[in-house]
Amino acid sequence: MSGPEAAVRRVSAGTRATVVGVAVLVVAVLVGLLVGPVRIGAANVLRWLLFFGDAPPGMSEQQALILADLRLPRVIVAGLVGVSLAASGAAYQAVFRNPLADPYLLGAAAGAGLGATIAVAYGPSGALELTVPAAAFVGALVGVGLAYGLGRSSLGGRSSTSLVLAGVAVASFLTAVQTFLQQQRSETLRQVYTWILGRLGTTGWDDVRLALPSVVLALATMWAVRRLLDVIEVGDVEAQSLGLHVARLRLVVVVAASLATAAAVAVAGLIGFVGLIVPHTVRLMVGGSYRSVLPLSALFGASFLILVDTLARTVVAPAEIPIGVITAFIGAPFFIAVLRRNRRAA
Amino acid sequence: MGKRLNFIVALLLTLSVAACGSYGGSDDAPAGNVASPSSEPSSFPVTVEGASGRVTIDERPERIVSLSPTATEDLFAIGAGEQVIAVDDQSNFPPEAPATELSGFEPNVEAIAGFEPDLVVFATDPGDLGSSLEGLGITALQLDAAPTLEVAYQQIEQLGLATGHADEARGLVDDMRSEIEELVNAADPASGTTFYYELDDTFYSVTSKTFIGQLFELLGLENIADEAGRGSGGYPQLSAEYILASDPDLIFLADTKCCGQSLETVSERPGWDELSAVTRGDVVPLDDDVASRWGPRVVDLMRQISEAADSAEANAA
Repeated sequence: MSGPEAAVRRVSAGTRATVVGVAVLVVAVLVGLLVGPVRIGAANVLRWLLFFGDAPPGMSEQQALILADLRLPRVIVAGLVGVSLAASGAAYQAVFRNPLADPYLLGAAAGAGLGATIAVAYGPSGALELTVPAAAFVGALVGVGLAYGLGRSSLGGRSSTSLVLAGVAVASFLTAVQTFLQQQRSETLRQVYTWILGRLGTTGWDDVRLALPSVVLALATMWAVRRLLDVIEVGDVEAQSLGLHVARLRLVVVVAASLATAAAVAVAGLIGFVGLIVPHTVRLMVGGSYRSVLPLSALFGASFLILVDTLARTVVAPAEIPIGVITAFIGAPFFIAVLRRNRRAA
Repeated sequence: MGKRLNFIVALLLTLSVAACGSYGGSDDAPAGNVASPSSEPSSFPVTVEGASGRVTIDERPERIVSLSPTATEDLFAIGAGEQVIAVDDQSNFPPEAPATELSGFEPNVEAIAGFEPDLVVFATDPGDLGSSLEGLGITALQLDAAPTLEVAYQQIEQLGLATGHADEARGLVDDMRSEIEELVNAADPASGTTFYYELDDTFYSVTSKTFIGQLFELLGLENIADEAGRGSGGYPQLSAEYILASDPDLIFLADTKCCGQSLETVSERPGWDELSAVTRGDVVPLDDDVASRWGPRVVDLMRQISEAADSAEANAA
């Protein structure tokens, strides 16, 4: 597996995958802009892109509006969400040395769900499009914060297992609180449910502004530590003996991944399995080194979610399918395949 | 089904020589709708048709618990309000309905039994509510979401029968029928006026196959959600760009309470300030509750829709 020749082969595989990844992303963005329930015409869309968003002659103002205010922000947000979930998934799998870890492992999803429920049930009803994402964002961070704090203090160890267990406990607890609140205010059920299934259907530039800073910051952080992720793979004690501060690295990665996940959840609801499918597929393509798995996961994650979202808004057009349904539909069989591989390996 | 029931009712009425304790209906009905004092001889036992089969009611119920906001409105409108001792937490109309913490979504059989009801009316059965109540010897009548106006009428008549207010119920249904007929006759079936009906702020809508959608269809309005209805069970989530491209003449907001939507909030959505309905002010805020029930206030809702359609036609001209 190691040795200079294998390393060369891996790097070149990585380069090839990067080229493919960039090409796929360009195609995905174009498809996302070209395809939709309203026919705009490929030539019109391409000319619109060349004119930097000015409606070319022969294109109605409404078509330009649909491209500029609906499709473009939606493609960007889908891309950001895909990047966040896939990169966070890869990073979590590294620091927890668990191939089944996903961005929601430490209670981010449950925290976000509770935050959204509180905003819907008790927040001012007029400003939900602002309060729900904000509350979900805060909720996700609080969920992970609780899990991290409890996992470190009460379970004594700094091992990944105690963190994961704390995450499971915190998630169950927060979900219980959420269910209780929903039962108290049953009129909020449908709204929360709609939100949980994913809400890219109402995406606008506001969501881009909300998600972009966190995603960029988180991604830059993960990029910076990507080489250390390979070291932590060998085990806490071994990595420690190599001079790596394992607990600190894990904290940095958890904070960065949670920030990205919280941003994704805030603008898109809960979208499952992206954090699993994408990193594992990338690993099959380029091998196990996080130096390439992490950035490639981000790249392919963006393309994947943009394409899935295009499906979500075209398959039953002019109606929509919640995006979380499609990712889970593709993801669940994949998840089972990973489980089986994992069992065979173990 | 209705005919057979009418027959049974007629039969029972003829046979009821010794009608037990014939009550005059409660003399003033607090609800907004007509309920003339009645002196009909109610005869029990009666058999009524619920969603899960026939239910026999031995005596005139005096301790009714309603877990369905629609049934609550029906009961008060037919003058049975005084027999109602508890309603669920969603039953907010009429205001004098005895609101409790009981939940119709997550019914707690023990809590319901605690009211010692002699009749429980409910709409949704999440598990085995009906059989659990029956097991405790409590008569339970399920009147689930009406798919059509006819079924809504039947439910009112069934409730009339079940509570000893058959005449008032029939009167109420007659009034509803004639008022709705009047509105329908006044509507222009070929106006071509299109509309978008908003269930929530993520663009969930209703097709003409749903109860609410039928009301619009009766008034000759064209629903933009119909094209998206395939396989959605009548409640599709519309694409934002499809709404923009359809540019409906009218927008009905059934999410004013749940989601605080209004002309102001929708005009801030991307591209919406260009929509004809928004620039002309033909955005109609509805009461979420009225729009999601199939009780007597359906008439008010239809009147509101009909007025909006008239003004939209005038504005578009």
